Amino acid sequence: MTVLEAGHVPSANPSALLGRARNRKAWRGLAFVAPSVVLLLAIYIIPVIVLAGFSLTDYKLGALSYHFVGIGNFVKAFHDPVFLRSLSNTALYVVIVIPFGVFLALGVAMLVHARKRSRAFWEAAYFLPVTATLVAMATVWQFLLHPSIGPVNAAIKWFGFEPVSFLSNPTLLIPSMAAIGVWQVLGFNMVLFLAGLTAIPKDLYEAARLDGAKNPIDRFLTVTWPMLGPTTLFVAVTTSISAFKVFETVAVLTKGRSGSEVLLFELYLEGFEYSNTGYAAALTLIFLAIILFLSIGQTFYLDRKVHY
Amino acid sequence: MAPRAVELRGIGKGFGADDVLKNIDLSIRPGEFLSLVGMSGCGKSTLLRIIAGLEQPDRGKVLIGGEDVTALDPSDRNLAMVFQSYALYPHMTVRQNIATPLRMRRLSLGARLPLVGRIAASDQSLREIDAAVADAAALLQIDHLLDRKPAQLSGGQRQRVALARALVREPAAFLMDEPLSNLDAKLRAHMRDELAGLHRRLGATFIYVTHDQVEAMTMSDRIALMSEGRIEQLGTPDELYRQPATLTVARFIGSPSINLLPVDISGEGRIHAQGQDLGLAVRERTRAKATLGLRPEDLHPVENGLAVRIMRSEMHGADRFLHCHLLSDETVRLTVRTQFGAPLETDASGVLHLGFRQENAHLFGDDGLRRALVEREEVAA
Repeated sequence: MTVLEAGHVPSANPSALLGRARNRKAWRGLAFVAPSVVLLLAIYIIPVIVLAGFSLTDYKLGALSYHFVGIGNFVKAFHDPVFLRSLSNTALYVVIVIPFGVFLALGVAMLVHARKRSRAFWEAAYFLPVTATLVAMATVWQFLLHPSIGPVNAAIKWFGFEPVSFLSNPTLLIPSMAAIGVWQVLGFNMVLFLAGLTAIPKDLYEAARLDGAKNPIDRFLTVTWPMLGPTTLFVAVTTSISAFKVFETVAVLTKGRSGSEVLLFELYLEGFEYSNTGYAAALTLIFLAIILFLSIGQTFYLDRKVHY
Repeated sequence: MAPRAVELRGIGKGFGADDVLKNIDLSIRPGEFLSLVGMSGCGKSTLLRIIAGLEQPDRGKVLIGGEDVTALDPSDRNLAMVFQSYALYPHMTVRQNIATPLRMRRLSLGARLPLVGRIAASDQSLREIDAAVADAAALLQIDHLLDRKPAQLSGGQRQRVALARALVREPAAFLMDEPLSNLDAKLRAHMRDELAGLHRRLGATFIYVTHDQVEAMTMSDRIALMSEGRIEQLGTPDELYRQPATLTVARFIGSPSINLLPVDISGEGRIHAQGQDLGLAVRERTRAKATLGLRPEDLHPVENGLAVRIMRSEMHGADRFLHCHLLSDETVRLTVRTQFGAPLETDASGVLHLGFRQENAHLFGDDGLRRALVEREEVAA
């Protein structure tokens, strides 16, 4: 340092100069992050704060006055049988969609990855549902699963069984919609897994074969599964979040009838059909909390296992 | 397991229209260190992969210890391979990496499964595996790294782990695919030493692929020099250096590389360079063009010989390389290796005369094959 200063042109005050340069750098940095900070504030943070404010009131859309009710909305929610049913329905939906949506996609990805010439065809075939509008597709599914004119029931009848009313039998309703949900996420997850599979060095499989990994299960456990760890974590998180957000299938297929309410649909009803803005805001916060808890939990727990 | 011989019979392989390997016959003796060396694209790596079973030959057979293994899966050939990229399992610790070949072979599928495996594996076999891993790690001096993951290791350490994984069991032969090419020059020289030492200690069959002639020359018992899917010459490093069978071999082996002098063979069987009689002869008395190969260290200053002009002198410590060109043709470049401090007898105009001994001259015909030189008197007779 002394040597440096000795060689330096004796300017007014080196430390003051340095401080000014640092300041300028800081301002420039702030200027660069400003656009995204403004957007984040305008789109996420301020609305969430306003939402939190609403959730503590009994405000109804269009009402001239409102009262502060404290945590009343939350207490009401956990005594509301419709909300509790929507919670358990959503949970059931998620519990079905995550494992099938993830592992089926992994299986499909491995099968497609092994194809050479027909790979492009299978990729497109599995990815198509992702590009389709779910509202339109839900209508198609409604027809497919229809008890009297649907091809699925036609097949069931052909095998000599009684037709199944997938979309009105309360116990089959959520699983049926979960199946549609799996069908919808499968293609996207498959593409993610395909990208992960392509990134695995071929050397590792060859090393495993020479090391004596003769059967495919060994190669899967030694190379594929561990190497796909980060991909699997990402797929699991995105799948669970999109599963929690199930809305279109319910809105089109049942409109919440026969006890098929799910979180987001219930929230929509309260907020926009019944104009219970305060109550809907409370439900939204609960929904956000669940999603936040899950993604943070998954990331922290799985992160330790998948990174090397 | 005693080291095994590896034998290739009539191996042929094509990718698309190109024949990458053309009818390769090669016998590798038990316990031998054999290098497959050649330019990239000469087929050496493909040949190694065929031995490993990672690639199937279109024609021919692979025999290990006399047994035909051509149809066997790599896992059944009992070979160990070190890859250029090391191919360590990144999610496993060094210990687990080294143990993998043993776990695969000694434990049942159930015992290898995560979680439940602990119950199914017998303590006895697990202890044996641990002991073998410790031995391999000690041999390569990586005992202190056993609990790290590959990402935490340097290139040289990863190399050692890859080697330890190969020699933790006793395979019929070790296959190495350019294992040193990702290391820096100093470490490479050091690992060369260690590999040669390891080979001596284990007495195992090593098949070593490299494009670096120095690696091949310094470690091998024998070298198979490949070019365009063929073995150009198979022999000891000394044979390849002193008696190159083809122009390709002469060019490839040796650093600095051999000097090549375009020459003419006269109707009397005499050899001329730019019209100057070199005092060499061949038996056949037909006019032809040919190439004369002269190693840099075999050229020395004489009173009357090839006249060259020195362009540049390069110091290499004990040696000095003189880069010259023929006085009569500037396009013909020659490199001379002299001892540092040896006198240079250039004449007044800075021209040096170079001579060589007949036994050090290598003549290659138009077809690139070696041609025998004979004494001038024999020709005259």
